[in-house]
Amino acid sequence: MATDISKLGLKTKWQDLTEGMIVAGAGTSRAFNTGEWSNNKPQFIADKCKQCLLCVPVCPDSSIPVTEMKRGEFDYEHCKGCGICVKACPFGAITMEGVN
Amino acid sequence: MAKRERLSGNEAVAIALRQINPDVFPAFPITPSTEIPQYFASFAADGLVDTEFIPVESEHSSMSAAIGASAAGARSLTATSSCGLAYMWEELYIAASNRLPLALALVNRALSGPININCDHSDSMGARDAGWIQVYAENNQEAYDNMVQAFRISEHKDVRLPIMICQDGFITSHAVENIELLEDEEVKGFVGEYEPENYLLNPECPMAVGPYSVTDYYMEAKRSQAEGMKAVEQVVLDVAEEFEALSGRAYGLFETYRMEDAERAVVMIGSAAGTTKDAVDRLREKGEKVGLLKIRLFRPFPAERIAEALKGVKAVAVMDRAEGYTNHGGPLGADVMAALFRARSTAYAINIVYGLGGRDVRVEDMEKVFADLKQIIDDDDAGETYRYMGIRE
Repeated sequence: MATDISKLGLKTKWQDLTEGMIVAGAGTSRAFNTGEWSNNKPQFIADKCKQCLLCVPVCPDSSIPVTEMKRGEFDYEHCKGCGICVKACPFGAITMEGVN
Repeated sequence: MAKRERLSGNEAVAIALRQINPDVFPAFPITPSTEIPQYFASFAADGLVDTEFIPVESEHSSMSAAIGASAAGARSLTATSSCGLAYMWEELYIAASNRLPLALALVNRALSGPININCDHSDSMGARDAGWIQVYAENNQEAYDNMVQAFRISEHKDVRLPIMICQDGFITSHAVENIELLEDEEVKGFVGEYEPENYLLNPECPMAVGPYSVTDYYMEAKRSQAEGMKAVEQVVLDVAEEFEALSGRAYGLFETYRMEDAERAVVMIGSAAGTTKDAVDRLREKGEKVGLLKIRLFRPFPAERIAEALKGVKAVAVMDRAEGYTNHGGPLGADVMAALFRARSTAYAINIVYGLGGRDVRVEDMEKVFADLKQIIDDDDAGETYRYMGIRE
């Protein structure tokens, strides 16, 4: 199968690229840090959080990690600062400059 | 067992699609291609196909949906004309660069402006560098036959590129001609099941389609894409050979008509080739050595074989049903002349723009072209190489 991406790199010849540049494997976007795309980031105020997890599914970049049914600190390596989670939180447990 | 019918070009293509029974057909109507999805929608409503027919809100969406379906692993296509194709511009390049097999039934129509709904090739000629395979038809039978062969070419493992099956708006799309149809089972057997190697809905191997390519990868990606195009000529010939065994109708990369000892030749694309054949016949009766080369495969451009076919010719007129605004002529003229130059041809070559916006082409017009070529040979001078035909002046 022409989907072996392990040999992709800056020295790769055109003959060794995957057809149509497809990237095989799941969750490969984890390897691509997009966190620096914005300056403003949401802040998590743990004291106010009720762990309702409403913020988790609305995050377009899966930047709110959940372990044992509890959310943790933001993954700033991938958070682009869209602010949707701020709007989703009913308890004011997420704040961000410029977002009410 | 073939069936004789009387069909318009649009109806013939729609019937070919019913016989192919594709998985997904998103479409948005635009004259003169509207009838293709219209006929097909009734096939879908009547339960004659298993196709997911999606009436979308624009051509931008119809091509996007066809691309999405193809990436998912489905056999997909759409149909359009003119400004509809222009509105697909961005997606055309995406389909080709993602190496997604799919078909576009294109009914050639002039691009605006001035706004016009009739035939010329400005729409598909504008898309000639998008990385799509382009196949053109002279008549309804060829439009049907090309559609039947389309997916076999597009899906071939060495190719995997989208294919545009073009026919002339109104002239063939709406005119009714006698035509021979294959049996449904014959088409089904010929086209076969689509079994992609990699596709989005394959749980065994999840993948991402259409990733961002930084400068470090972009050129290698484009070079890799060119390799698919290089395989097309042979695949088109192989598929045509199989199709001939099934139908008795022979196809190549282009058709040569009475070219054996021709000293003067016309090169052109589409329905006006039929008119030109009549002109060639009339002149041949008078003993004049004239012939026609009709392009079937325009992208990729079979330059070497065309130059070879024109080897014995003293003067050639390349007919463009689209302007190039280069001040030298149209796109077919540029390609044919480049082919002749590379082959060290010494033939005189002129480029004639004709038939724009549905302007009629008569047998007498084409006889005049051959007379002009005779004049060029007699004068030993090509004169103006960028000309217009059928213009009031």
